[in-house]
Amino acid sequence: MNLSVEIGKIKLKNPVITASGTFGFGREYSEYIDLNKLGAIVVKGLTVKPREGNPPPRLFETASGILNSIGLQNPGVDAFIERELPFLKSFDVPVIVNIAGETVEEFVYMAEKLDIEGIEGIEINVSCPNVKKGGMAFGVNPDDIFDITRKVRKATSKTVIVKLTPNVTDIKVCAKAAEKGGADAISLINTVAGMAVDIDKRRPVFENVIGGLSGPAIKPIALKMVYEVVTVVSIPVIGMGGIMNYKDALEFLIVGARAIAVGTCNFVNPYCTVEIIDGIKKYMEENEIEDINEIIGSIKI
Amino acid sequence: MKARVLSNRGIASSVYEMTFEWKGKKPHPGQFLMIDCQGKTFLKRPFSVNDFEEEKMTILYQVRGEGTKNLSQMKEGDILEITGPHGNGFEILEGKRVLIVGGGVGIAPLLYLAKKVKAQKLYIALGFKRETFLVEKFEGLGEVVVTTEEGSTGRKGLVTSVVEEMIGEVDIVYGCGPKPMLKALQEISMKANVLCQISLEEKMACGIGACLGCACKVREDKGFSYKRVCRDGPVFWAEEVLF
Ligand SMILES: Cc1cc2nc3c(=O)[nH]c(=O)nc-3n(C[C@H](O)[C@H](O)[C@H](O)COP(=O)(O)OP(=O)(O)OC[C@H]3O[C@@H](n4cnc5c(N)ncnc54)[C@H](O)[C@@H]3O)c2cc1C
Ligand SMILES: Cc1cc2nc3c(=O)[nH]c(=O)nc-3n(C[C@H](O)[C@H](O)[C@H](O)COP(=O)(O)O)c2cc1C
Ligand code: FES
Repeated sequence: MNLSVEIGKIKLKNPVITASGTFGFGREYSEYIDLNKLGAIVVKGLTVKPREGNPPPRLFETASGILNSIGLQNPGVDAFIERELPFLKSFDVPVIVNIAGETVEEFVYMAEKLDIEGIEGIEINVSCPNVKKGGMAFGVNPDDIFDITRKVRKATSKTVIVKLTPNVTDIKVCAKAAEKGGADAISLINTVAGMAVDIDKRRPVFENVIGGLSGPAIKPIALKMVYEVVTVVSIPVIGMGGIMNYKDALEFLIVGARAIAVGTCNFVNPYCTVEIIDGIKKYMEENEIEDINEIIGSIKI
Repeated sequence: MKARVLSNRGIASSVYEMTFEWKGKKPHPGQFLMIDCQGKTFLKRPFSVNDFEEEKMTILYQVRGEGTKNLSQMKEGDILEITGPHGNGFEILEGKRVLIVGGGVGIAPLLYLAKKVKAQKLYIALGFKRETFLVEKFEGLGEVVVTTEEGSTGRKGLVTSVVEEMIGEVDIVYGCGPKPMLKALQEISMKANVLCQISLEEKMACGIGACLGCACKVREDKGFSYKRVCRDGPVFWAEEVLF
């Protein structure tokens, strides 16, 4: 049975990836699962300098999901290379690094720094605020997406993945901009912007007011966006958003995602990624499917 | 891991004690478990180890919302999904004069601590609003003082007043309870230059240190940083914490 898929130059043993920010740098989960079993690991979003993140509370449970306002807490790109990468290198699993710049130059700087052994791919997180343009996310502007992708593409020999935000009017335009900029793949969706209010204090739950919604609550939105994107680009798409089990994963694959990423579910069940891989295998056995690629994009409309 | 409920009973208004079979790792005092409370809850909920002996785990919990309400309705034989024990737990320094301080349902982790603390002399101060619970289980483990806000049982006032009186006679203080109480413990212990460990609470998602959702502010040489309550804590040296 073949479960392996290709994303740019990266060969994945299976299509199950961990979503950025939900798997740390792999350390914690290595106590629960064998990291070697994963298709790939995408690490927590990195910035040029270390970031402390937002004050608590940073989490709020909603109906079938969570709102988060972590604020990109991370040790910075240098500390990642020094302290976290050696650990990840000890496993036989492709490492994809998620980068979040505040300027185009910062994205390029990080892409160059991370063009080293032990890293297979760069995932550009365009959902962060563009400080030069008054804090609006890069990801809502197709010209910005094109520009960052093109410059990062030039700065690295690694597979370049552009991660799109769902908080836009037309995700297809953003996907096309990434493809035109030279992306090897597109991943989506990042969290859906949301809000919660404390009725006793009559204040937003988060100091930042707005948070990012993830988990099963966003799965139908994610699936629809992946479906839309695969119809307009020819590069591979990594689908994510609310995947909780192998059935959810299969929905994304059937719609046309070449691989899937599991995020919030890791918090609920630290074994879920491996369980999803096993579930996909079982489904293939039961349906006598030899190659995962027979499933990908097999939706009949 | 699956765990079978052995008993679940109310011991005060909206406070319950639940025991279940435990075949997992032996806990250290101050560690906690993440329990799937089922129903409409999505994330697991953190609960301290209240007691543990030979494959039998006990938690003490207060009904706060959906999750704890669901828990309170569980019966013998029901199956729970649990991960843990998580977190660092209290650092036990043998042969010291110890003061354990609990406020409300914050006394939960302190019973198991009191049993394992190996003190030269053990004082236990338990503070409640009105209704007291679990006090009898602490009797015999050390010298117990109880306070209630109106003086309905034990001494009248806040448990921290007991701490103020006794701080000169102890080497280390361990505390768990509401934030104002922990803040007072920090002030009293720092002023008296006595070691103090406190157990903090924050909303949690993963419980294992990956999501960075459970941040608490701690002092650093220059400024501050955020640590993870679930992994770096839940127990911190009081002087580190920035409330
Ligand atoms: C390390 C740790 C150990 C804990 N040990 C115990 C224990 O032994 N016994 C016990 O009764 N409770 C304990 N708690 C608190 C307990 O986890 C919460 O009361 C519980 O998650 C509430 O769930 P719920 O679904 O009933 O309420 P929700 O509907 O989720 O919330 C109801 C109320 O509880 C508050 N709350 C929710 N989650 C937390 C949390 N993680 N910490 C503090 N307050 C919260 C909410 O702000 C809200 O006001 C502990 C918390 C932590 C972080
Ligand atoms: C706590 C948390 C932190 C996240 N951090 C990042 C991040 O640093 N970079 C990023 O691109 N996406 C981040 N995400 C988004 C996820 O990678 C994923 O796109 C989103 O949560 C949807 O998938 P899910 O529903 O399976 O979680 C984060 C999500 C959560 C819940
Ligand atoms: S709850 Fe996820 S890091 Fe602490």
